[in-house]
Amino acid sequence: MKRYKVVIIGAGIVGISIARVLSMYENFDISIVEMEPDVGWGVSKANTSIIHPCHEEDPEKYPLRARLCREGNSIWMNWVKELDIPARWPGELMVFYSSEDEQEAKKYISFAIKNDVPGVRIIYRDELTSYEPNINPEAEGALYAPTAGTISPFEAVIAIAENAIENGVKIFVETRVINIRIRNHSVIGIDTNRGSIDANIVINAAGLYADYISHMAGVAHEFYIKPRRGEYIVFDEDVDVKPIKILHTTPTPITKGVYAITTVHGNLMIGPTAEDLSIDARESKATTEDGFSYLIREGGRLLKRIPPTLKIIRRFASLRPEPPYGNWLIDAYMEPWGFVNVAGIRSPGLTAAPAIAKYVLKLIAERYDINLVEKSSWIRYRKGIKSIRSIDIEKLDELIRRNSGYGKIVCYCKTVSEAEILEAIDRIIKIGAKPTVDGIKFRTTAGFGKCQGLFCRWRIALLLSKRLGIPLYSVTIKKSQYGLGDIKILLRNKMVSKT
Amino acid sequence: MSNNEIELICIICPIGCSIKVYKVLDNIKIEGALCPRGVNYARQEILDPKRIVMSVVKVKNGDLPVVSVKTDVPIPKKCINEIMRLTALIEVEAPIKIGQVIVKDVCGANLIATREVKKNS
Amino acid sequence: MIKRRADVAIIGAGPAGIAAAIKAKLLGLETVLIENRDILGGIPLQCIHPGFGIHYFKEDLTGCEFIQRLIDRMYSVGVDLILNAYVHSIEFNSYIEKRVNVITPNGVYKIDTKTIIYATGARERHLFELNIFGDRPDGVYTAGEAQTLMDLYGILPGENIVIIGSGDVGLIMARRFALEGANVKAVIEIMPYPGGLIRNIVQCLRDFNIPLYLSHTVTDIIGSKRVESVKVAKVDENLRPIKSTEFEIPCDTIVIAAGLIPNIELLEKIGVAMDPKTRGPIVNEFLETSIPGIFVAGNALVINDLVDYAAEQGEIAAEGAKIYIENSGIPTKSWIKMTLGRNIRFVVPHYISGERDVILYARVQKPENNVYLSIANLKIKMYSVRPAEMVRIKIPAKTITENHYVTVPVEVIPT
Repeated sequence: MKRYKVVIIGAGIVGISIARVLSMYENFDISIVEMEPDVGWGVSKANTSIIHPCHEEDPEKYPLRARLCREGNSIWMNWVKELDIPARWPGELMVFYSSEDEQEAKKYISFAIKNDVPGVRIIYRDELTSYEPNINPEAEGALYAPTAGTISPFEAVIAIAENAIENGVKIFVETRVINIRIRNHSVIGIDTNRGSIDANIVINAAGLYADYISHMAGVAHEFYIKPRRGEYIVFDEDVDVKPIKILHTTPTPITKGVYAITTVHGNLMIGPTAEDLSIDARESKATTEDGFSYLIREGGRLLKRIPPTLKIIRRFASLRPEPPYGNWLIDAYMEPWGFVNVAGIRSPGLTAAPAIAKYVLKLIAERYDINLVEKSSWIRYRKGIKSIRSIDIEKLDELIRRNSGYGKIVCYCKTVSEAEILEAIDRIIKIGAKPTVDGIKFRTTAGFGKCQGLFCRWRIALLLSKRLGIPLYSVTIKKSQYGLGDIKILLRNKMVSKT
Repeated sequence: MSNNEIELICIICPIGCSIKVYKVLDNIKIEGALCPRGVNYARQEILDPKRIVMSVVKVKNGDLPVVSVKTDVPIPKKCINEIMRLTALIEVEAPIKIGQVIVKDVCGANLIATREVKKNS
Repeated sequence: MIKRRADVAIIGAGPAGIAAAIKAKLLGLETVLIENRDILGGIPLQCIHPGFGIHYFKEDLTGCEFIQRLIDRMYSVGVDLILNAYVHSIEFNSYIEKRVNVITPNGVYKIDTKTIIYATGARERHLFELNIFGDRPDGVYTAGEAQTLMDLYGILPGENIVIIGSGDVGLIMARRFALEGANVKAVIEIMPYPGGLIRNIVQCLRDFNIPLYLSHTVTDIIGSKRVESVKVAKVDENLRPIKSTEFEIPCDTIVIAAGLIPNIELLEKIGVAMDPKTRGPIVNEFLETSIPGIFVAGNALVINDLVDYAAEQGEIAAEGAKIYIENSGIPTKSWIKMTLGRNIRFVVPHYISGERDVILYARVQKPENNVYLSIANLKIKMYSVRPAEMVRIKIPAKTITENHYVTVPVEVIPT
């Protein structure tokens, strides 16, 4: 059996899912390169976090999207269990307010039938509040899709990454691809800012930058990604309007509408906006006042009441990679042999990711004539970090007696203990990512609460500094150092420059 | 405004009078203070402004990496930079007690510790 | 499980909590003091500037000096301490008996107590609570965080600093940055007047030529990895930015000093009634909340600008706890409600009996000179009132005892 060296570019939900699926087979040696310090920090980190039922995908216009989305929805139901990913499956209501809206909503029943999405039906006003007590009473009705779910998207990426590492995958962070090496019409590797990696197969899952990578390989010159910005607002856990179901307005040509959901972490989240940016604005993740007002307005249409804005604990924006005509570009090329595009994976990319991964496996096996051999010892399961947040106090007492770190609370808002923080640091190191305060936040929820890390950020930084044996100022928050240096650095520099 | 006119805000009480001080040769004239305390404040500020200076200095082998310090009496404003440069050059060995003199007799004051720092165990 | 019994469980060992513990102990109460850090003292630990203890110790001390004295005093009376302790929940066994469940590295404590004094302090407002949009790069700190980093852990956050908000902590940090050689480019205040004391405007900003922009706001934050600049604009009378006045200030660090909010999450969970003005609990003159036997003091009650007031409130709460225990409840039969009159933003306590001397804390809405503060028949001449400075007055017993007073307005009247 020939073993193929595979390099996946991008440790987002798509790249990491491909790694998990490929790691089931003896045929591949898999490495992932990621330009960010940690996995899942691009498009995957900030999105609506929904596993779509896929009755909104037009099976004629976008057959691949429709098919993989539908499959992905089913696969996720298993993956969240296998990988201990926080998830809920509350179902969703596409809310309508007029007969015009209703006609629009009804269109999706036919999609549901064609896409084999179960249980989709119209619910009228008389039943609406029974399904969702938090809905705006002005709603005429809603299209109900019971298979909709919500997961924690960044924890999903982390979970899959940890599992992939167990199955032999290697991850290289802060590694930016600068060239695809090609010889005799075949890819032979990549060059990065941190050196070269040999490869027989290079899979481009570079999210917002997938067009650049594709062009480096000399394919799909007409393919360009347009960044589309989506803003969100997040309310504190303690607000009294927290929808049970996933609520959203009817889709428009560019978005799936605005959603109001209770996230797996218990926060009310409203979003996204949809704003097409210029082609080079690939880091423009700024929030705007216009976006904010729009979300408050749309959220107000969905919900019986918008909680007071002083209950907002976070605003964020993300960019989604919009491909030409909304078409995903998934292809394995013969010229150059071994280059695979998984590019322009716009919504419903999160939902479809596991199905995309299986599709890519099949594609490369067929295209490159690979005889797949399953591993006998593939590890299917992964456990998350043990959280004390919702643990019974008697059980917690026993736990503390075994490890006193569980009795030392670092994040007060989310009740996260020192033991959890330390475990997160070890897990970051284990997957080869860079330990950062943000990385710990995404793994433990420390800093996700009401105070947004006011009380815990410096203490987490202290734990990092101790564990890594580095000065406190050189601890990385997200992408830069916590401090400039020791407190006297500027005074000393001034004295030096004077003499 | 002439070069000899200086504007101050009085910090003696919450009213915060705007005080104008005119310097003519050796004489100073003070206007705008509502009370004699304000006049005195302005005179002091013009003739010899003084401040307590607070900072931190590095600690060797302490349970904290720095100890907070202050001048035990107000020092002339013009000496602030000198004191600050000094704080950047020194390092003290733990343990340190509150009130302990860190630097003796600098700009007419002692630099004293305002926090206890224990020896690192 | 570790079981304890107490007359009073005090949550939070900052100035209010420690002062409450000392007082409670001196009043003969079985006292347990619960602190979530591994060190006593709370916020004054990180305050190396003076302005502490002028009333309490009759001496002007730095924050760390003040708190060390208070801690020494506490050790001399002997208080039962639990450190590294996180209050998980409060349960009610009866009208009198409460249980506090506490997580510690030694295991879970169950503390059965008759009264609770909640003295958990405040938290700072963070970026997302302000009407500021833009990128979310590294380099944004709250003033308290910057203070912790610089004055406890000896690291300098950045070199070119913009401070949002002109509250005292922000002003004091402006001076700290300037002293350590950083370049404080601006202090931006949305209101037409400064949020901090005049003394701090002069000694923290003017001394170092730091520009203060009143009636200005940050309209955008720019930066991909680290903060690169902020955009600032003048605001109109509705506090809306005037686009044409916008300018950009390059900087690598933003310090948010936009005020504090009482840290009362647990009290909210158990249903204590809150005052939307103070964002802390509604209390009577013993600083007892709407739940009998649960008292609150310090910044968890109301944002104080002097530590002495926080400590004083701790003592008042301890006296309340003593009276509550002796009488199986506060014995006052009727309460008079303090209402908000002209130019008054809030008043604490909200209810008084009139039977005893009471200390009233109030804050005004806007600065005024030459006014009277009026409460029932009491008229107190004040040269100046400012939002930045809390008004503290003693109302002697029997000032408000007339039976017809059900509510009494507190108001500022021009002379």
